[in-house]
Amino acid sequence: MTSQYAPPGNHPSSRKQTRRSWVWFHRFGSPSYFYQFASVWGPRSGWGAVLVMAIGFYMGLFVAPPDYQMGDSYRIIYIHVPAAWMSLSVYVLMAATAAVGLVWKIKVSFCISRACAPIGAAFAFCALVTGSLWGRPTWGTYWIWDARLTSELILLFLYFGYMALDKAIPDRRIASQAAGVLSLVGLINIPIIHYSVEWWNTLHQGSTIFRMDGPSIDSRMLVPLLVAVAGTNLYFISVLLNRVRCELLHSERRTQWVREIVNG
Amino acid sequence: MLITIIKRDLKCVSHNLSDAVQPIGFFIIAATLFPLAVAPDPKLLQNIAPGIIWVSALLATLLALDALFKEDFVDGTMDQMTIVADSLYVVAFARIVSHWLVSGLPLTVICLIIAMMLHIPVHSMDALITSLLLGTPILSMVGSIGAALTVGQRYSGMLLTLITLPLYIPVLIFGASCISADLAGLGWAAEAYFLSAMLVLSITLAPFATAAALRINLN
Repeated sequence: MTSQYAPPGNHPSSRKQTRRSWVWFHRFGSPSYFYQFASVWGPRSGWGAVLVMAIGFYMGLFVAPPDYQMGDSYRIIYIHVPAAWMSLSVYVLMAATAAVGLVWKIKVSFCISRACAPIGAAFAFCALVTGSLWGRPTWGTYWIWDARLTSELILLFLYFGYMALDKAIPDRRIASQAAGVLSLVGLINIPIIHYSVEWWNTLHQGSTIFRMDGPSIDSRMLVPLLVAVAGTNLYFISVLLNRVRCELLHSERRTQWVREIVNG
Repeated sequence: MLITIIKRDLKCVSHNLSDAVQPIGFFIIAATLFPLAVAPDPKLLQNIAPGIIWVSALLATLLALDALFKEDFVDGTMDQMTIVADSLYVVAFARIVSHWLVSGLPLTVICLIIAMMLHIPVHSMDALITSLLLGTPILSMVGSIGAALTVGQRYSGMLLTLITLPLYIPVLIFGASCISADLAGLGWAAEAYFLSAMLVLSITLAPFATAAALRINLN
Protein backbone atom coordinates (compact mmCIF):
# COMPACT_ATOMS: atom_id res chain seq x y z
CA MET A 1 0.00 0.00 0.00
CA THR A 2 1.42 3.37 -0.95
CA SER A 3 1.36 6.32 1.39
CA GLN A 4 -1.11 8.02 -0.93
CA TYR A 5 -3.93 6.02 0.66
CA ALA A 6 -2.77 6.34 4.24
CA PRO A 7 -5.49 6.89 6.85
CA PRO A 8 -6.04 10.35 8.38
CA GLY A 9 -3.55 11.37 10.98
CA ASN A 10 -0.75 9.31 9.45
CA HIS A 11 -0.31 11.65 6.55
CA PRO A 12 2.87 13.65 7.21
CA SER A 13 2.86 15.67 3.99
CA SER A 14 -0.52 17.30 4.52
CA ARG A 15 -0.60 17.58 8.27
CA LYS A 16 0.28 21.24 8.17
CA GLN A 17 -2.54 22.06 5.77
CA THR A 18 -4.98 19.93 7.70
CA ARG A 19 -4.81 22.14 10.74
CA ARG A 20 -5.52 25.35 8.97
CA SER A 21 -8.04 24.58 6.28
CA TRP A 22 -10.86 22.28 5.28
CA VAL A 23 -8.55 20.05 3.29
CA TRP A 24 -9.09 17.17 5.70
CA PHE A 25 -12.80 17.39 4.97
CA HIS A 26 -12.51 17.78 1.21
CA ARG A 27 -10.35 14.68 1.01
CA PHE A 28 -13.35 12.58 2.01
CA GLY A 29 -14.75 13.36 -1.43
CA SER A 30 -12.05 11.20 -2.98
CA PRO A 31 -13.29 7.59 -3.34
CA SER A 32 -9.87 6.05 -2.76
CA TYR A 33 -9.27 8.14 0.35
CA PHE A 34 -12.70 7.36 1.74
CA TYR A 35 -12.20 3.68 1.02
CA GLN A 36 -9.01 3.73 3.02
CA PHE A 37 -10.68 5.64 5.84
CA ALA A 38 -13.57 3.15 5.90
CA SER A 39 -11.22 0.16 5.90
CA VAL A 40 -9.59 1.46 9.05
CA TRP A 41 -12.59 2.79 10.95
CA GLY A 42 -15.18 0.19 9.90
CA PRO A 43 -13.61 -2.71 11.87
CA ARG A 44 -12.59 -0.43 14.73
CA SER A 45 -16.10 0.86 15.29
CA GLY A 46 -17.36 -2.71 14.86
CA TRP A 47 -15.27 -3.90 17.82
CA GLY A 48 -16.30 -0.78 19.73
CA ALA A 49 -19.94 -1.64 19.01
CA VAL A 50 -19.53 -5.19 20.33
CA LEU A 51 -17.98 -3.87 23.52
CA VAL A 52 -20.39 -0.99 24.18
CA MET A 53 -23.50 -2.98 23.26
CA ALA A 54 -22.41 -5.83 25.52
CA ILE A 55 -22.04 -3.37 28.41
CA GLY A 56 -25.35 -1.68 27.57
CA PHE A 57 -27.31 -4.93 27.30
CA TYR A 58 -25.72 -6.34 30.45
CA MET A 59 -26.66 -3.23 32.39
CA GLY A 60 -30.13 -3.20 30.85
CA LEU A 61 -30.85 -6.86 31.54
CA PHE A 62 -29.22 -7.35 34.93
CA VAL A 63 -28.42 -4.01 36.59
CA ALA A 64 -31.46 -1.85 35.79
CA PRO A 65 -34.43 -2.38 38.14
CA PRO A 66 -37.74 -3.81 36.83
CA ASP A 67 -40.50 -1.33 35.96
CA TYR A 68 -43.20 -0.85 38.60
CA GLN A 69 -45.95 -1.33 36.00
CA MET A 70 -44.50 -3.41 33.20
CA GLY A 71 -42.14 -5.60 35.24
CA ASP A 72 -39.34 -7.08 33.20
CA SER A 73 -41.09 -6.80 29.84
CA TYR A 74 -39.94 -3.18 29.49
CA ARG A 75 -36.35 -4.39 29.03
CA ILE A 76 -36.97 -4.72 25.30
CA ILE A 77 -36.63 -0.92 25.37
CA TYR A 78 -32.86 -1.43 25.13
CA ILE A 79 -33.32 -2.73 21.59
CA HIS A 80 -36.55 -0.98 20.63
CA VAL A 81 -35.61 2.62 21.38
CA PRO A 82 -32.09 2.56 19.82
CA ALA A 83 -33.51 0.89 16.70
CA ALA A 84 -36.35 3.40 16.41
CA TRP A 85 -34.04 6.39 16.88
CA MET A 86 -31.59 4.99 14.37
CA SER A 87 -34.32 4.39 11.80
CA LEU A 88 -35.05 8.14 11.90
CA SER A 89 -31.49 9.44 12.06
CA VAL A 90 -30.31 7.06 9.34
CA TYR A 91 -33.03 8.43 7.09
CA VAL A 92 -31.91 11.99 7.81
CA LEU A 93 -28.30 11.01 7.06
CA MET A 94 -29.43 9.30 3.86
CA ALA A 95 -31.31 12.41 2.72
CA ALA A 96 -28.54 14.78 3.83
CA THR A 97 -25.82 12.90 1.97
CA ALA A 98 -28.10 12.68 -1.06
CA ALA A 99 -28.57 16.47 -0.90
CA VAL A 100 -24.81 16.98 -0.67
CA GLY A 101 -24.40 14.66 -3.64
CA LEU A 102 -27.06 16.47 -5.66
CA VAL A 103 -25.65 19.92 -4.97
CA TRP A 104 -21.90 19.28 -5.22
CA LYS A 105 -22.02 16.15 -7.44
CA ILE A 106 -19.91 14.10 -5.04
CA LYS A 107 -19.86 10.40 -5.84
CA VAL A 108 -18.84 9.29 -2.34
CA SER A 109 -21.83 11.12 -0.94
CA PHE A 110 -24.25 9.11 -3.09
CA CYS A 111 -22.45 5.91 -2.10
CA ILE A 112 -23.05 6.72 1.58
CA SER A 113 -26.67 7.58 0.85
CA ARG A 114 -27.23 4.31 -0.99
CA ALA A 115 -25.51 2.32 1.76
CA CYS A 116 -27.78 3.91 4.38
CA ALA A 117 -31.04 2.63 2.88
CA PRO A 118 -30.93 -1.11 3.70
CA ILE A 119 -29.51 -0.44 7.17
CA GLY A 120 -32.21 2.11 7.94
CA ALA A 121 -34.88 -0.25 6.65
CA ALA A 122 -33.51 -2.97 8.93
CA PHE A 123 -33.64 -0.60 11.91
CA ALA A 124 -37.21 0.44 11.08
CA PHE A 125 -38.20 -3.22 10.73
CA CYS A 126 -36.49 -4.03 14.01
CA ALA A 127 -38.28 -1.16 15.77
CA LEU A 128 -41.66 -2.34 14.44
CA VAL A 129 -41.08 -5.99 15.39
CA THR A 130 -39.74 -5.29 18.88
CA GLY A 131 -42.52 -2.73 19.36
CA SER A 132 -45.22 -5.22 18.48
CA LEU A 133 -43.66 -7.87 20.73
CA TRP A 134 -43.62 -5.30 23.50
CA GLY A 135 -47.16 -4.22 22.70
CA ARG A 136 -48.57 -7.72 23.21
CA PRO A 137 -47.99 -7.93 27.01
CA THR A 138 -48.45 -4.21 27.75
CA TRP A 139 -51.22 -3.05 25.40
CA GLY A 140 -52.75 -6.47 24.78
CA THR A 141 -52.26 -6.30 21.03
CA TYR A 142 -49.46 -6.77 18.54
CA TRP A 143 -50.54 -3.94 16.31
CA ILE A 144 -52.67 -0.83 16.57
CA TRP A 145 -53.22 1.78 13.87
CA ASP A 146 -52.06 4.73 15.89
CA ALA A 147 -50.04 7.64 14.55
CA ARG A 148 -46.61 6.57 15.79
CA LEU A 149 -46.85 3.01 14.52
CA THR A 150 -48.38 3.98 11.19
CA SER A 151 -45.81 6.68 10.51
CA GLU A 152 -42.98 4.30 11.37
CA LEU A 153 -44.49 1.82 8.91
CA ILE A 154 -44.58 4.55 6.26
CA LEU A 155 -40.90 5.16 6.97
CA LEU A 156 -40.21 1.50 6.21
CA PHE A 157 -42.14 1.84 2.94
CA LEU A 158 -40.13 4.96 2.09
CA TYR A 159 -36.91 2.99 2.53
CA PHE A 160 -38.34 0.26 0.28
CA GLY A 161 -39.34 2.84 -2.34
CA TYR A 162 -35.87 4.36 -2.26
CA MET A 163 -34.23 0.97 -2.72
CA ALA A 164 -36.66 -0.05 -5.47
CA LEU A 165 -36.09 3.15 -7.44
CA ASP A 166 -32.34 2.90 -6.99
CA LYS A 167 -32.30 -0.70 -8.23
CA ALA A 168 -34.72 -0.10 -11.11
CA ILE A 169 -32.73 2.52 -13.02
CA PRO A 170 -29.83 0.92 -14.88
CA ASP A 171 -27.69 4.08 -15.16
CA ARG A 172 -25.99 4.37 -11.77
CA ARG A 173 -25.60 8.16 -11.94
CA ILE A 174 -29.26 8.79 -12.78
CA ALA A 175 -30.34 6.16 -10.26
CA SER A 176 -28.53 7.74 -7.35
CA GLN A 177 -29.74 11.24 -8.25
CA ALA A 178 -33.36 10.15 -8.70
CA ALA A 179 -33.32 8.15 -5.46
CA GLY A 180 -31.73 11.18 -3.78
CA VAL A 181 -34.63 13.43 -4.81
CA LEU A 182 -37.07 10.81 -3.52
CA SER A 183 -35.27 10.64 -0.17
CA LEU A 184 -35.51 14.44 0.15
CA VAL A 185 -39.24 14.34 -0.56
CA GLY A 186 -39.71 11.61 2.05
CA LEU A 187 -37.89 13.74 4.62
CA ILE A 188 -41.23 15.38 5.38
CA ASN A 189 -42.25 12.22 7.23
CA ILE A 190 -39.49 12.52 9.82
CA PRO A 191 -40.94 15.35 11.95
CA ILE A 192 -44.36 13.69 11.65
CA ILE A 193 -42.99 10.50 13.23
CA HIS A 194 -41.06 12.37 15.88
CA TYR A 195 -43.97 14.52 17.02
CA SER A 196 -46.73 11.98 16.37
CA VAL A 197 -46.97 11.11 20.06
CA GLU A 198 -47.42 14.78 20.94
CA TRP A 199 -49.72 15.88 18.11
CA TRP A 200 -52.09 12.96 18.41
CA ASN A 201 -53.41 11.21 21.46
CA THR A 202 -51.91 7.79 20.83
CA LEU A 203 -51.61 4.48 22.59
CA HIS A 204 -47.85 4.70 22.13
CA GLN A 205 -46.41 6.44 25.17
CA GLY A 206 -45.09 9.98 24.95
CA SER A 207 -41.45 10.89 24.95
CA THR A 208 -39.72 10.25 28.29
CA ILE A 209 -36.24 11.40 27.39
CA PHE A 210 -36.33 14.51 25.18
CA ARG A 211 -38.46 16.74 27.39
CA MET A 212 -38.29 20.35 28.37
CA ASP A 213 -38.24 19.46 32.08
CA GLY A 214 -35.56 16.77 31.72
CA PRO A 215 -35.97 13.02 31.29
CA SER A 216 -38.82 11.51 33.26
CA ILE A 217 -37.24 8.06 33.14
CA ASP A 218 -35.23 6.87 36.17
CA SER A 219 -31.48 7.35 35.74
CA ARG A 220 -30.81 3.67 36.56
CA MET A 221 -32.87 2.81 33.47
CA LEU A 222 -31.70 5.77 31.40
CA VAL A 223 -27.95 5.14 31.65
CA PRO A 224 -28.08 1.59 30.20
CA LEU A 225 -30.36 2.92 27.47
CA LEU A 226 -27.92 5.66 26.49
CA VAL A 227 -25.07 3.11 26.49
CA ALA A 228 -27.14 0.84 24.23
CA VAL A 229 -27.85 3.81 21.94
CA ALA A 230 -24.14 4.62 21.76
CA GLY A 231 -23.40 0.98 20.95
CA THR A 232 -26.06 0.92 18.25
CA ASN A 233 -24.58 4.06 16.72
CA LEU A 234 -21.14 2.43 16.62
CA TYR A 235 -22.70 -0.66 15.08
CA PHE A 236 -24.37 1.50 12.45
CA ILE A 237 -21.12 3.30 11.63
CA SER A 238 -19.33 0.00 11.26
CA VAL A 239 -21.96 -1.56 8.99
CA LEU A 240 -22.27 1.67 7.01
CA LEU A 241 -18.54 1.96 6.39
CA ASN A 242 -18.38 -1.67 5.27
CA ARG A 243 -21.28 -1.18 2.89
CA VAL A 244 -19.75 2.04 1.56
CA ARG A 245 -16.52 0.13 0.87
CA CYS A 246 -18.46 -2.34 -1.27
CA GLU A 247 -20.30 0.47 -3.04
CA LEU A 248 -17.05 2.30 -3.74
CA LEU A 249 -15.31 -0.82 -5.05
CA HIS A 250 -18.25 -1.45 -7.36
CA SER A 251 -18.71 2.08 -8.66
CA GLU A 252 -14.95 2.66 -9.07
CA ARG A 253 -14.21 -0.81 -10.44
CA ARG A 254 -12.59 0.56 -13.58
CA THR A 255 -10.08 2.77 -11.79
CA GLN A 256 -6.47 2.10 -11.04
CA TRP A 257 -6.69 2.11 -7.25
CA VAL A 258 -9.38 -0.57 -7.20
CA ARG A 259 -7.33 -2.72 -9.56
CA GLU A 260 -4.37 -2.35 -7.22
CA ILE A 261 -6.45 -3.48 -4.23
CA VAL A 262 -8.08 -6.37 -6.07
CA ASN A 263 -4.83 -7.62 -7.56
CA GLY A 264 -3.12 -7.28 -4.19
CA MET B 1 -46.33 29.87 -20.96
CA LEU B 2 -48.30 28.18 -18.21
CA ILE B 3 -51.60 28.74 -19.99
CA THR B 4 -50.15 27.67 -23.35
CA ILE B 5 -49.00 24.33 -22.01
CA ILE B 6 -52.27 23.68 -20.22
CA LYS B 7 -54.24 24.56 -23.38
CA ARG B 8 -52.04 22.28 -25.42
CA ASP B 9 -52.45 19.42 -22.97
CA LEU B 10 -56.21 19.78 -22.90
CA LYS B 11 -56.26 19.81 -26.69
CA CYS B 12 -54.24 16.59 -26.70
CA VAL B 13 -56.74 15.06 -24.29
CA SER B 14 -59.73 16.13 -26.39
CA HIS B 15 -58.19 14.39 -29.39
CA ASN B 16 -57.85 11.19 -27.43
CA LEU B 17 -60.81 11.16 -25.09
CA SER B 18 -60.84 7.40 -24.49
CA ASP B 19 -57.51 7.60 -22.68
CA ALA B 20 -58.77 10.41 -20.50
CA VAL B 21 -61.94 8.55 -19.55
CA GLN B 22 -60.06 5.44 -18.38
CA PRO B 23 -59.23 6.68 -14.84
CA ILE B 24 -62.85 7.74 -14.36
CA GLY B 25 -64.07 4.33 -15.49
CA PHE B 26 -61.55 2.68 -13.21
CA PHE B 27 -62.76 4.80 -10.30
CA ILE B 28 -66.40 3.84 -10.84
CA ILE B 29 -65.68 0.13 -11.22
CA ALA B 30 -63.27 -0.01 -8.28
CA ALA B 31 -65.80 1.74 -6.03
CA THR B 32 -68.50 -0.66 -7.23
CA LEU B 33 -66.44 -3.70 -6.23
CA PHE B 34 -66.53 -2.90 -2.51
CA PRO B 35 -70.29 -3.26 -1.90
CA LEU B 36 -70.23 -6.49 -3.88
CA ALA B 37 -67.26 -7.84 -1.94
CA VAL B 38 -68.27 -6.71 1.56
CA ALA B 39 -72.04 -6.70 1.92
CA PRO B 40 -74.78 -4.47 0.46
CA ASP B 41 -75.81 -3.35 3.94
CA PRO B 42 -76.58 0.41 3.88
CA LYS B 43 -75.33 1.11 7.42
CA LEU B 44 -72.05 -0.73 6.88
CA LEU B 45 -71.54 0.86 3.47
CA GLN B 46 -72.06 4.31 4.90
CA ASN B 47 -69.38 3.62 7.50
CA ILE B 48 -66.77 2.48 5.03
CA ALA B 49 -67.80 4.79 2.17
CA PRO B 50 -65.15 7.49 2.91
CA GLY B 51 -62.47 4.84 2.73
CA ILE B 52 -63.86 3.31 -0.45
CA ILE B 53 -64.11 6.66 -2.20
CA TRP B 54 -60.65 7.81 -1.16
CA VAL B 55 -58.86 4.56 -1.94
CA SER B 56 -60.55 4.36 -5.36
CA ALA B 57 -59.80 8.01 -6.13
CA LEU B 58 -56.20 7.54 -5.08
CA LEU B 59 -55.69 4.47 -7.26
CA ALA B 60 -57.43 6.11 -10.22
CA THR B 61 -55.12 9.14 -9.94
CA LEU B 62 -52.14 6.82 -9.72
CA LEU B 63 -53.26 5.03 -12.87
CA ALA B 64 -53.32 8.28 -14.81
CA LEU B 65 -49.94 9.38 -13.47
CA ASP B 66 -47.83 6.90 -15.39
CA ALA B 67 -48.48 8.68 -18.67
CA LEU B 68 -48.00 12.17 -17.21
CA PHE B 69 -44.56 12.85 -18.70
CA LYS B 70 -43.86 9.64 -20.56
CA GLU B 71 -45.10 10.49 -24.06
CA ASP B 72 -43.49 13.94 -24.07
CA PHE B 73 -40.31 12.40 -22.74
CA VAL B 74 -40.12 9.67 -25.37
CA ASP B 75 -40.92 11.81 -28.44
CA GLY B 76 -38.62 14.65 -27.39
CA THR B 77 -41.26 17.27 -26.60
CA MET B 78 -39.87 17.57 -23.09
CA ASP B 79 -36.44 18.45 -24.45
CA GLN B 80 -37.99 21.17 -26.61
CA MET B 81 -39.96 22.52 -23.66
CA THR B 82 -36.84 22.80 -21.52
CA ILE B 83 -35.24 24.86 -24.27
CA VAL B 84 -38.22 27.17 -24.77
CA ALA B 85 -39.55 27.55 -21.23
CA ASP B 86 -38.00 29.89 -18.68
CA SER B 87 -37.85 27.12 -16.15
CA LEU B 88 -38.85 23.51 -15.86
CA TYR B 89 -40.87 24.54 -12.82
CA VAL B 90 -43.48 26.15 -15.08
CA VAL B 91 -43.59 23.10 -17.35
CA ALA B 92 -44.00 20.76 -14.40
CA PHE B 93 -46.65 22.95 -12.79
CA ALA B 94 -48.63 23.21 -16.03
CA ARG B 95 -48.58 19.44 -16.55
CA ILE B 96 -49.77 18.88 -12.98
CA VAL B 97 -52.64 21.35 -13.42
CA SER B 98 -53.77 19.72 -16.63
CA HIS B 99 -53.45 16.27 -15.04
CA TRP B 100 -55.72 17.40 -12.24
CA LEU B 101 -58.21 18.96 -14.67
CA VAL B 102 -58.65 15.62 -16.45
CA SER B 103 -58.43 13.31 -13.40
CA GLY B 104 -59.11 14.96 -10.04
CA LEU B 105 -61.83 17.34 -11.14
CA PRO B 106 -64.01 14.79 -13.03
CA LEU B 107 -63.48 12.34 -10.15
CA THR B 108 -64.93 14.86 -7.73
CA VAL B 109 -68.02 15.24 -9.90
CA ILE B 110 -68.52 11.51 -10.53
CA CYS B 111 -67.97 10.94 -6.85
CA LEU B 112 -71.36 12.47 -6.03
CA ILE B 113 -73.13 9.60 -7.79
CA ILE B 114 -70.89 6.99 -6.17
CA ALA B 115 -71.53 8.62 -2.79
CA MET B 116 -75.29 8.32 -3.35
CA MET B 117 -74.86 4.64 -4.17
CA LEU B 118 -72.87 4.16 -0.97
CA HIS B 119 -75.66 5.77 1.07
CA ILE B 120 -73.81 8.91 2.08
CA PRO B 121 -76.52 11.39 3.14
CA VAL B 122 -76.93 14.57 1.09
CA HIS B 123 -75.96 16.85 3.99
CA SER B 124 -72.49 15.23 4.06
CA MET B 125 -71.82 16.04 0.42
CA ASP B 126 -70.14 19.36 1.21
CA ALA B 127 -67.55 17.60 3.36
CA LEU B 128 -67.05 15.04 0.60
CA ILE B 129 -66.59 17.63 -2.14
CA THR B 130 -64.33 19.82 -0.01
CA SER B 131 -62.08 16.91 0.92
CA LEU B 132 -61.79 15.78 -2.71
CA LEU B 133 -61.27 19.28 -4.09
CA LEU B 134 -58.50 19.91 -1.57
CA GLY B 135 -57.08 16.41 -1.66
CA THR B 136 -56.93 15.39 -5.32
CA PRO B 137 -54.62 18.29 -6.32
CA ILE B 138 -52.21 17.07 -3.62
CA LEU B 139 -52.36 13.61 -5.19
CA SER B 140 -51.50 15.11 -8.59
CA MET B 141 -48.72 17.26 -7.12
CA VAL B 142 -47.03 14.54 -5.09
CA GLY B 143 -47.63 11.92 -7.75
CA SER B 144 -45.94 14.05 -10.40
CA ILE B 145 -42.67 13.70 -8.47
CA GLY B 146 -42.92 9.92 -8.72
CA ALA B 147 -43.92 10.13 -12.39
CA ALA B 148 -40.94 12.37 -13.16
CA LEU B 149 -38.53 10.12 -11.27
CA THR B 150 -39.62 7.00 -13.15
CA VAL B 151 -40.11 8.64 -16.56
CA GLY B 152 -37.09 6.93 -18.09
CA GLN B 153 -38.29 3.42 -17.21
CA ARG B 154 -40.25 1.41 -19.74
CA TYR B 155 -42.33 -0.56 -17.23
CA SER B 156 -42.68 1.93 -14.43
CA GLY B 157 -46.22 1.22 -13.19
CA MET B 158 -45.28 -0.93 -10.19
CA LEU B 159 -42.29 1.20 -9.29
CA LEU B 160 -44.38 4.36 -9.47
CA THR B 161 -46.95 2.78 -7.16
CA LEU B 162 -44.28 1.67 -4.71
CA ILE B 163 -42.64 5.06 -4.35
CA THR B 164 -45.81 7.19 -4.49
CA LEU B 165 -48.25 5.36 -2.23
CA PRO B 166 -46.30 5.93 1.03
CA LEU B 167 -46.40 9.67 0.30
CA TYR B 168 -50.15 9.47 -0.34
CA ILE B 169 -50.98 8.00 3.06
CA PRO B 170 -51.31 11.32 4.95
CA VAL B 171 -53.70 12.65 2.29
CA LEU B 172 -55.70 9.45 2.47
CA ILE B 173 -55.95 9.64 6.26
CA PHE B 174 -57.10 13.27 6.41
CA GLY B 175 -59.29 13.05 3.31
CA ALA B 176 -61.20 10.03 4.53
CA SER B 177 -61.43 11.26 8.12
CA CYS B 178 -62.84 14.57 6.84
CA ILE B 179 -65.87 12.71 5.49
CA SER B 180 -66.05 10.29 8.42
CA ALA B 181 -66.07 13.16 10.90
CA ASP B 182 -69.03 14.74 9.14
CA LEU B 183 -70.87 11.40 8.98
CA ALA B 184 -70.33 11.02 12.72
CA GLY B 185 -71.85 14.46 13.25
CA LEU B 186 -68.57 16.09 14.28
CA GLY B 187 -66.95 19.18 12.81
CA TRP B 188 -64.64 18.49 9.90
CA ALA B 189 -62.89 21.87 9.82
CA ALA B 190 -59.68 20.52 11.39
CA GLU B 191 -59.22 17.89 8.68
CA ALA B 192 -60.05 20.41 5.97
CA TYR B 193 -57.43 22.81 7.37
CA PHE B 194 -54.88 20.01 7.43
CA LEU B 195 -55.66 19.19 3.79
CA SER B 196 -55.39 22.88 2.87
CA ALA B 197 -52.03 23.11 4.60
CA MET B 198 -50.78 20.06 2.74
CA LEU B 199 -52.11 21.49 -0.52
CA VAL B 200 -50.28 24.78 -0.03
CA LEU B 201 -47.11 22.93 0.91
CA SER B 202 -47.30 20.62 -2.09
CA ILE B 203 -48.07 23.46 -4.54
CA THR B 204 -45.02 25.34 -3.29
CA LEU B 205 -42.56 22.46 -3.14
CA ALA B 206 -43.69 19.56 -5.34
CA PRO B 207 -43.16 21.24 -8.76
CA PHE B 208 -39.55 21.99 -7.74
CA ALA B 209 -38.93 18.33 -6.95
CA THR B 210 -40.70 17.32 -10.18
CA ALA B 211 -38.60 19.73 -12.21
CA ALA B 212 -35.41 18.45 -10.54
CA ALA B 213 -36.42 14.86 -11.25
CA LEU B 214 -37.18 15.68 -14.90
CA ARG B 215 -33.83 17.39 -15.29
CA ILE B 216 -32.03 14.35 -13.90
CA ASN B 217 -33.74 12.11 -16.43
CA LEU B 218 -33.28 14.51 -19.32
CA ASN B 219 -29.52 14.75 -18.96
